[in-house]
Amino acid sequence: MSLSPVDGAAPAEIGASGSAGGAGPVVGRSPGQLTWMRLRRDRTAQVSGAMLVLFVLVALAAPLIELAYGIGPRDQFQGKLDGAGMPLGYAGGVSGEHFFGLEPGLGRDIFIRLVYGLRTSLFIAGTAAVLTAAIGVVLGALAGYLGGWLDAVVNWLTDLTLAMPFLVIALALTPTLTLRFYGQRDAVPPAFGVGVLIAIFAGFGWTSTARLVRGQVIALREREFVAAARASGAGLGHMLFRQLLPNIWAPILVSFSLAVPQFVTGEAALSFIGVGLTEDTPSFGRMIYQSLDYLQTDPAFVFFPGATIFALVFAFNLFGDALRDALDPKSSR
Amino acid sequence: MTAGDPLLRVRGLTKHFRVRGGLVRAVDGLDFEVRAGETLGLVGESGCGKTTTGRLLVRLLEPTGGRIEFAGQDITHAGRRALRPLRSQLQIIFQDPYASLNPRHTVGRIIAMPLQVNGITPPGGTRARVRELMELVGLNPEHYDRYPHEFSGGQRQRVGIARALAPGPRLVVADEPVSALDVSIQAQVVNLLRRLQRELGLAFVLIAHDLAVVRHFCQRVAVMYLGRIVEIGDRDDIYRRPQHPYTRALLAAVPDVTRLGSAGRIRLAGDLPTPLDPPSGCRFRTRCPNARQRCAEQEPALLRRDGGNQATACHFPQSGPLGVERGGVPA
Repeated sequence: MSLSPVDGAAPAEIGASGSAGGAGPVVGRSPGQLTWMRLRRDRTAQVSGAMLVLFVLVALAAPLIELAYGIGPRDQFQGKLDGAGMPLGYAGGVSGEHFFGLEPGLGRDIFIRLVYGLRTSLFIAGTAAVLTAAIGVVLGALAGYLGGWLDAVVNWLTDLTLAMPFLVIALALTPTLTLRFYGQRDAVPPAFGVGVLIAIFAGFGWTSTARLVRGQVIALREREFVAAARASGAGLGHMLFRQLLPNIWAPILVSFSLAVPQFVTGEAALSFIGVGLTEDTPSFGRMIYQSLDYLQTDPAFVFFPGATIFALVFAFNLFGDALRDALDPKSSR
Repeated sequence: MTAGDPLLRVRGLTKHFRVRGGLVRAVDGLDFEVRAGETLGLVGESGCGKTTTGRLLVRLLEPTGGRIEFAGQDITHAGRRALRPLRSQLQIIFQDPYASLNPRHTVGRIIAMPLQVNGITPPGGTRARVRELMELVGLNPEHYDRYPHEFSGGQRQRVGIARALAPGPRLVVADEPVSALDVSIQAQVVNLLRRLQRELGLAFVLIAHDLAVVRHFCQRVAVMYLGRIVEIGDRDDIYRRPQHPYTRALLAAVPDVTRLGSAGRIRLAGDLPTPLDPPSGCRFRTRCPNARQRCAEQEPALLRRDGGNQATACHFPQSGPLGVERGGVPA
């Protein structure tokens, strides 16, 4: 550029004349389009992305799958269990009728319960991740941009939240909340358990996003394009949502895609120790918890939910890493 | 406001930054005026408060003291709402063309930003106005939908200029608009600014450390030292008959191939004193070749002498053309 004796405009002029021969006006590639191109060239991103799409589709289409499969998540097949309650046949009763076999004891179909469990897991993890991202982005951006007492308050809240032991609070809070709204003998609707889980995840999860966003905003705050908008009289909304946030979508997106698998395992863990969902909501955590009793006698019962949750979390993490690379190709691996 | 009044009037403008260990007096009592359509150059070495002054003028920083009047209105502490009608008349061009454009916006959006945030819809629509501006600053309007990373430094600076011109300002503060550019591009951008200034009748406050750029561009020049103006006057007076020893030293430091050798060179000893604790009396006395007792005791006021337009803050102003004080050959 510096050697052009004619004008600084020379390189773009060449670009313009080059594409003038083609069709349409000159359109620049946005940073977002460049990311998308890099993502599409990345084999890991392709495979993990396809897996994620498949998981999401299966979760969304659970009722359709139930219809095609012909078995519901609560249907029991006691007739296909032996006298000790173990499924007949090999590998936990795997057959053309029951793809992943039957649960020992109740004799429910594992495949359709996994499909519905996936739905529960993805719904809880997705909603919690969206909520944490929203809370974290708003608090972090406000604290970073405005600074002062607001920044101090948000920092203090973050420290406080990080200092609270997650498991202990979750263990203490869930039964207390349930008792607050429902009596000892009332049937607790599944939606309530789901809501409590999401609230706990959102309440504890926003800190990392808030810290991330705050740091990024502070780094951008002193840039001249921000000063230019301020000098033109832009308001707070314009500054945050038009000038600052478009520049930090990348790390937010990455932290979002890495938060989802964290919440999937979190939900499974909480359901496993019994504070999560009730028995009638199909969930990975509960299935694994029940299957542990049959680890010796019916390993297939542990294997299928375990493998599914592993594949789901693995795909999310791989995709998150690929996304990070695509968004920031300069960072070293 | 009548025709004779200045567009911008600054009185006793002060900005102090509180830092650990004291108070940085970045800008400490500036007085100057800019008339409509006039160009004022603000020169001085790094750290003298030029950029802080520019940011105070467009109210990116809150002044500690003093008064800024723009178009007859006091804007010293005006809030965002009160400033709104004036924002479009008062714009700024930044130094670094790589940091001053939002990398996530197309140039069309960047240039339209001042219109958008002020709710201005120009006749014929925003898009038409932006294309017109791009043409005006020498950019291809076809590049409306391109992103800053696709442009060179010089072109980016043109985008920054177009953005500043978008709302139709009367005064533009240009903070070192060319110092981040290659020398070959600098001349083009300076000439562009000059053409725009003439065609649109803009008033400019050009902040620069490059004396040649200021001489080329500005009708009036103010020389700053450690947060104060030491000399202000018409360009020809400042460049031909500088009275303040600091101005003389600055001008003598400009390399000149017609005067090789050290004749006429005024060497300034030492560094710029810290603005945390500026020297008593005249701030320049610690480096001044002809400082005397009085300079330490009494701060010199910015005074006009012999009825001219040139004002100097010095107890012992010098006269005569540059280069005679050490027996050198007059330029």
